[in-house]
Amino acid sequence: MLNKVEDNVYEVPQGYQKGMRVPGRIFISDDLLDMVEPGTIEQVANVATLPGIVKYSMAMPDAHLGYGFPIGGVAAFREEGGVISPGGVGFDINCGVRLLRSELDVGTVRPLISDLIETLFREIPSGVGATSRLHVSDRELTDAFLGGSGWAVEQGFGTRKDVEHCEEQGCLKGADPAQVSLKARKRGRPQFGTLGSGNHFLEIQRVSEIYDSEAAKRFGLFLGQVTVMIHCGSRGAGHQICTDHLGVLSGAVRKYGIELPDKQLACAPIGTPEAKNYFGAMACAANYAWANRQIISHWTREVFGKLLGEGEMPLVYDVAHNVAKVEEHQVDGKRERLYVHRKGATRSFGPSRPEVPASYSGIGQPLLIPGSMGTPSYVLCGQDRALELTFGSACHGSGRIMSRTQAKKTFRGTDIKKALQDEGIKVVATEPAILAEEAPGVYKPSRQVVDVVHNLGIARKVAQLVPLGVSKG
Amino acid sequence: MVNSVKGYEYLEHTADVMFRAYGDSPGEMLGSAALAMFNAMIDTGTVRPQSTWKVELRAESLEQLAYDWLSELLFLMDSEVVVFSEFQVDLKQDGEIWRLEGLARGEGIDRSRHPFENQVKAVTLHQFRVEGGADGWMMQAILDV
Repeated sequence: MLNKVEDNVYEVPQGYQKGMRVPGRIFISDDLLDMVEPGTIEQVANVATLPGIVKYSMAMPDAHLGYGFPIGGVAAFREEGGVISPGGVGFDINCGVRLLRSELDVGTVRPLISDLIETLFREIPSGVGATSRLHVSDRELTDAFLGGSGWAVEQGFGTRKDVEHCEEQGCLKGADPAQVSLKARKRGRPQFGTLGSGNHFLEIQRVSEIYDSEAAKRFGLFLGQVTVMIHCGSRGAGHQICTDHLGVLSGAVRKYGIELPDKQLACAPIGTPEAKNYFGAMACAANYAWANRQIISHWTREVFGKLLGEGEMPLVYDVAHNVAKVEEHQVDGKRERLYVHRKGATRSFGPSRPEVPASYSGIGQPLLIPGSMGTPSYVLCGQDRALELTFGSACHGSGRIMSRTQAKKTFRGTDIKKALQDEGIKVVATEPAILAEEAPGVYKPSRQVVDVVHNLGIARKVAQLVPLGVSKG
Repeated sequence: MVNSVKGYEYLEHTADVMFRAYGDSPGEMLGSAALAMFNAMIDTGTVRPQSTWKVELRAESLEQLAYDWLSELLFLMDSEVVVFSEFQVDLKQDGEIWRLEGLARGEGIDRSRHPFENQVKAVTLHQFRVEGGADGWMMQAILDV
């Protein structure tokens, strides 16, 4: 049913499903395509039925079954006649990744790794029921919704340089705290400054390979260097904001007479009050997530400062991989403002885009692609070809291939911990079962996923990072 | 309080948790669904049902009410840092409006006693459905974890 367009590009024909307004495009290798469930392709087709969709409903090489959009899904909608949908963002709004770099060599850090990861696990609350060390007032929460990373920096959690190295400077414009319910505030307040659970993590890594020495140098990366990767999102605040607005947008679907193949694709025409309100609330959650990662970075630096005298740890970059944004793109030779939804996908802007920070001009923005606990993570740089192919987007991770129930039947957390330990990776987690659910074998090999985007030229490999220590919620 | 539960089952899903919950009545089905959701996070046998939380909801359809009931429990869990193990649901249909009076019993989260395996972030509407009649009731949901 899929047509191969060229290497690593498959088309879901417009006739695949009734109501598709455009074809689908899956950017994937033959080997990885074999691991994709039929339901994922159906979800790509479902997204293609949404009003105002431009060019294609897309999926990245880490695509797998989600709800609404597939995970790895990308779609752009015209301002005129298009829609905005929480199904294209997800509940964990602005779930994302950031990378801090030290000046330390692995040889200095390895003897201290147990102490380091256990201290980080203790100092940065994680797991279900963890509450923050931070106690913010209602006013402060509002300011965080409006200010994102910048707000956190003003409160003493980091430096101005950090803000420059975040996608959107760590603050999505258009945040409207009036659209955030009391419930979302109540869920978000105790969790502000926590890592969360599931696939969220904090990982100490070493740079194990450099593919592009010029870009690596500009990003401040060198072989054997110790880095810290942080993966987390907007916690209960984002989950509740999405839940609340999903209800409103379900009503909007009836009001505006939109036909949907999946209720999770609830949406509203851009420009309507329902769409504006959702966007304003979603931006608050996105900013909360940026502030959250900023606060966690600060505490990470404190631990490194205390144990290793390395408190600076500059931010390489921070990417959002669950978000909808207004971006300008070239469509049929014309510049257009589009609402780009990325659900489990990373922005990949090359050197031509003004959004690339000045310090990385001529190179492109960094992309941070986490592997699983035992597999490498990658740093890539954005390429202009992504603007032609994917509205400036690439993959966000490895992509799950095994269900959580199956994972728990197949793996035992204690065995995983031991196996990783034997490889020199120190893991701490609240429960061993979490390690089984997140075992390296439940994900596609990260290298294969990254090779697809590299070979397509939508992002370029810069460096490989392997784990030394992992803290899981 | 005894769980008013007929049962539930988990279905295979790559990334998230999918379940079907059953009951002789819609109320019983919603009790089963709540238990399915919490047992996806933790062995609820470890949760002492020592405090009771009351939930009152109204909605224009049973499907909406089912969604709101599960979402409300997640809200209570996060905002009050509690976990539940027993549920009782009474439903009334008043013309077009469904009304729910539910009880959730549980306790504050104690990380030394509560072995959470993951946390449900939200209830999705993807393939969400409620079916029923004289032979009994069934609902299906996918939870984002």
